[in-house]
Amino acid sequence: MPVASHERRLGAGRLVRRVHRRSSLTACQGPPRELPPRRMKPAAFAYHAAETLEQALALKAQLGDEARWLAGGQSLLPAMNLRLARPAALIDLNPLAALDVIAPTADGGWRIGALTRYRGIERDARIARAQPLLSEALSQVAHPQIRNRGTLCGNLAHADPASELPAVMLALDARLHARSAAGARWIAAADFFRDIFTTALAQDELLIEVELPKLPARTGSCFLEVARRRGDFAMMGIAAVLTLDQDGICGHASLAYCNAGATPQRPRAAAQALIGRRVGAPEIDEAAALAQQAIDPPGSVQADAGFQRHLAGVLTRRALRRALERAAAPETPA
Amino acid sequence: MTTRFFGAPITRNEDPRLLTGQALFVDDVELAGLLHAALLRSPLAHARIRSIDLAAARARPGVVAIYTAEDLGAVWKPGPLVVPPPPLEQVVYHTRTQGPLVKHKIRHVGEPIAFVVAESRAIAEDALDDIVVDYEPLPVAADLLTAAAPGAPRVHDDLPDNVAAQLRQTKGDYAAAATRAALVIKRRFRYDRGCSSPIETRGVVAEWNAKADRLTVWDTTQAPVFLRNGLAGVLGLSERQVRVIAPFIGGGFGPKIVMFYPEEILVPWAAMRLERPVKWIEDRSEHFVATTHERDQIHDAEIALAPDGRILGVKDVFLHDMGAYDPYGLTIPLNSQCTLLGPYAIPSYDSSFTCYFTHKPIVTPYRGAGRQHGVFVIERLLDLAAQALGIDRAEIRRRNFIAPDAFPHDNEIMFQDFAALKYDSGNYAPMLDKLLEMIGYDAFLKDEQPTLRAAGKHVGIAVVCYVEGTGIGPYEGAKIQVQSSGRVSLATGTGTQGQGHYTSFAQIAADQLGVDVRDIDVVTGDTDQFYWGAGTFASRGAVVAGTAIDQAAKVVRQKILRTAAEHFECAEQDLVLENGAVAVNGVPGKSIALGALAGLANPMRGAVAAGTEPGLEATSYFGPPYGATASGAHAMIVEVDPETLMLTIKKYVVVHDCGTIINPLIVAGQVQGGVAQGIGNAFYEQLVFDAEGQLLNGTLADYLLPSALEVPRMELAHTVTPSPLNPLGIKGVGEAGAIPVGPLFAQAIENALDLPAKGIELLEIPLSPNRLWQLLGGS
Amino acid sequence: MSATRHRVSLTVNGAPRTTEIEARALLSDVLRHELGLSGTHVGCEQGVCGACTVLFDGLPVRACLMLAVQATGHAITTVEGLAGADGTLDGLQTAFRDTHALQCGYCTPGILITMRAFLDEHPAPSEAEIREALSGNLCRCTGYQHIVDAVLLAAARRRAAA
Repeated sequence: MPVASHERRLGAGRLVRRVHRRSSLTACQGPPRELPPRRMKPAAFAYHAAETLEQALALKAQLGDEARWLAGGQSLLPAMNLRLARPAALIDLNPLAALDVIAPTADGGWRIGALTRYRGIERDARIARAQPLLSEALSQVAHPQIRNRGTLCGNLAHADPASELPAVMLALDARLHARSAAGARWIAAADFFRDIFTTALAQDELLIEVELPKLPARTGSCFLEVARRRGDFAMMGIAAVLTLDQDGICGHASLAYCNAGATPQRPRAAAQALIGRRVGAPEIDEAAALAQQAIDPPGSVQADAGFQRHLAGVLTRRALRRALERAAAPETPA
Repeated sequence: MTTRFFGAPITRNEDPRLLTGQALFVDDVELAGLLHAALLRSPLAHARIRSIDLAAARARPGVVAIYTAEDLGAVWKPGPLVVPPPPLEQVVYHTRTQGPLVKHKIRHVGEPIAFVVAESRAIAEDALDDIVVDYEPLPVAADLLTAAAPGAPRVHDDLPDNVAAQLRQTKGDYAAAATRAALVIKRRFRYDRGCSSPIETRGVVAEWNAKADRLTVWDTTQAPVFLRNGLAGVLGLSERQVRVIAPFIGGGFGPKIVMFYPEEILVPWAAMRLERPVKWIEDRSEHFVATTHERDQIHDAEIALAPDGRILGVKDVFLHDMGAYDPYGLTIPLNSQCTLLGPYAIPSYDSSFTCYFTHKPIVTPYRGAGRQHGVFVIERLLDLAAQALGIDRAEIRRRNFIAPDAFPHDNEIMFQDFAALKYDSGNYAPMLDKLLEMIGYDAFLKDEQPTLRAAGKHVGIAVVCYVEGTGIGPYEGAKIQVQSSGRVSLATGTGTQGQGHYTSFAQIAADQLGVDVRDIDVVTGDTDQFYWGAGTFASRGAVVAGTAIDQAAKVVRQKILRTAAEHFECAEQDLVLENGAVAVNGVPGKSIALGALAGLANPMRGAVAAGTEPGLEATSYFGPPYGATASGAHAMIVEVDPETLMLTIKKYVVVHDCGTIINPLIVAGQVQGGVAQGIGNAFYEQLVFDAEGQLLNGTLADYLLPSALEVPRMELAHTVTPSPLNPLGIKGVGEAGAIPVGPLFAQAIENALDLPAKGIELLEIPLSPNRLWQLLGGS
Repeated sequence: MSATRHRVSLTVNGAPRTTEIEARALLSDVLRHELGLSGTHVGCEQGVCGACTVLFDGLPVRACLMLAVQATGHAITTVEGLAGADGTLDGLQTAFRDTHALQCGYCTPGILITMRAFLDEHPAPSEAEIREALSGNLCRCTGYQHIVDAVLLAAARRRAAA
């Protein structure tokens, strides 16, 4: 059967489940379903080390979907090693040191560049202070060896719905900056993640940076997940952001979930249940119930969809309680 | 004779090489002209092959050869029955073993169809994509119950159904016991395991030297001697022409002892044909279907009890999943059957099992080798009994222990070594006492648990016991030789996969020979160095090879003393053997280094007395009459999050009895490693197959091995009941840690979540947050 | 697909090394087979087990998740680079030996590399911190306890010697 283009980006550990789910949609017809053949060592490809950003973008425009960007490689290489991804060419961004950047924006937000590694972000005291949700989520991502190489932008472009960071971007209303030889555009996080392992990026585009907006005063956030082992993909995870006004009424709320659908999920109704109200246990329970109803977790070997939904309720309550405490805490930056 | 080394926590001889990356593992073997192999493996669990088109693959530059079953000619044959069924009249056994490549029918996912040899592994993998196979898919019997059902798709067409084997063993009269019983508890238990997943996968390298007429094979095998013999037979060579080297092996745990894995035939055969060395290294996803598993049993078991909780009898009827072929006999279900009896006096026992073929990879022993299943059943039955009778869980076990003066204890049924299941020695009550003291059992139940529960913490405690038959035959041997350098060479036919044999074996010999343990060079796993042996499995290395080493060392010691006495013209009693030299007691200057003495024992000229053997060397063999029974008890305190059902181990204690201890550091390592695998087996690891026999989680990202965050710090204590079956009193310990962890988790979780009060019973392993949620009524 | 060879010049254990390999050659394979440093082991080629961990410009990374071509101009340290030139075990290796922190030894090189970098950054680690740092390296033999003991011991010895 022909391999759809998005399947070429499948992460190694997830493909098995992905294909199983797809096959169950085609149920009883046709030949018995097969999992992708077991292969090892990458298939051959042409390797291009980027010399300048412009040169790299021009090359990508020329090669299109046949070429993949190589940044951290922590998602791409496992897929290539198992031959689940077989790009005809790789454009290695690593020589472009200028892409490794963490910088403030004019309005108090933060830019994180294409080559910025998790390690750099998690050790940046400014990010820990100004973007605690991201910091908290990062500690759950894989293991130190992976975080030494992996990049935030690479993770987002890979768009694994079970990954922590797409959900964080959604919760923060981050903006993603796509560059191509033809120009540049900003894409809202809500528009960026289209399907499992599929983003809004065009064939010739590079996700060059992410912009995280400044968190208003009296904002509390919390990232929680339940994973079988530390560093594993979460069975369920939540990124929660709550902003209170000076009277303690919730002025803004954002809840995003990972492993809750084909893309990170942000059930608006659940957040809406909190806005304009003094958030207490009943409001939290209501938000949790609404979130549970709204999401569409896929189920997997580790967790039935029903269990994932159950965990979403549990985590929503716990994350909102924590976010509320943090929003109300005196040391929350004004 | 002073004991400096035996029993001491000596650091290991082999560590410097391993720590500096200088130890040779199979993929480290580099040879001029080396070719690399890959196998095309079946993507379907049950299918016929209509055609195979190799044209494009053969045309690929860098591909040297591609073979299918036809190419093997007479070399193609189903593998041997490695372990025959026990010699019991009532046993039913249908031998159906795997061939080196699929000939007519595929019987499990991953079965090899073609063998590709190329200039690099990458090119060989490229060629796999070029091969076009036309499959005729067939219906699949993917699990035990499906395979057992009437009309199930048959794995072997020449059999009327999927029954592979049956055996019933009994003692006493269970039916009578049940009638007399105050209480009979009957349940269905399910115990599913997984795969050994060593960090090093398998590998084979072979080199045929046509001029020297010799075949050398490096193989990650736990049984190099039998592999040598088998390969010689299959390839039409004499045993002397074949050298099998089991180098450093990155974890064995059981599945690295199969005769034959297809690659073990294909790689040497291809090397001979192509007259170039060939290497095949199993990749990780291949490992999940190409190396054996240990899996499923379903038990319908019942226990008959007196009012005070004493066991009157146990009856068990169980099913066992063999996988597609059955080369390994009934080792696993026999172990389940036998180990169920545990440390308990069970007067009546009626145990029968039926093994089924399924369209899944083969099942062979993996650390514990079926003992886990039996221990799960009896320990859970005792917990249910304790609950029903209102008896404390530790107490009900204590009441049933075999008394310390009742050894050797004959259980009247046959064990995996085809000898009677006799426990040689044991003393279980002190073991349990020590365990309860270390875990703080009484204080926990009386004070800590109620306090923590009141604070909303769901904590639970569990205690389980088991015995482990170890140190079985048939035999092992050892050859010890003092070299002219003064260093001692010690060779055995076993292999080593990390158990510390280079050290523990040396410790046994060092004291006898008066040399430092660092001056003994142990050679294992090289069939050129030692000709005979069975292999490393079933926790037998220290007992069986260890005893042979002890015997050989004693003989060499006698030779040393006799030779030195002749040399010094004195009586043997006047000699002192220590620090690598022999000296006449109290006479300074009359001393000779062992190396020099060895030279004297091998003169280049002159006449020798009749009956003299050259050198200071001896070879000795040992085979025990039956296995030595180790025992142990584990206790654990856990906390369970009642909402997420995630679990944290707060405390873990093991009290273990492996008889005389050679090296306490190594014993601790074995127990801790075993417990870690037990934790994986209980709560993290499960091979998940779908109804088509497809393995859904065959990667390390989806098959969850415990990490340092899932395995707790453990406390370990020992009791010692030496084995009367070998002079050193040793019992095995390799599998101990892994055996009782399943029921420990079930009991602890039930206690933490107060499940008995909710009428919920945990009767299966593995458990997981998801499974607990289902059992608690989640939907 | 072209089988273009790429010339790679890198520093390994302090020594300049050069080799020519295909783009698809993994750093783990090139270290082991092209450069003859077989102490770095391969366990999964998926980035999960950690056996292949090496230091890349001083940071622990999975060698199986890097292409050798990416290493050109960079410095790699493998397990062979930990001991002294005369073979003297370093503090961590010695501690591993003293606490029986290895059995089959296959995962050990990756763990030594990971823990070496960890101890350099955390000279006084707690057991919990050590276990977390260790969680990206799988061991099937030891149950981790003696490994944790070794790291605690090495850290204590380092502090005492300082």
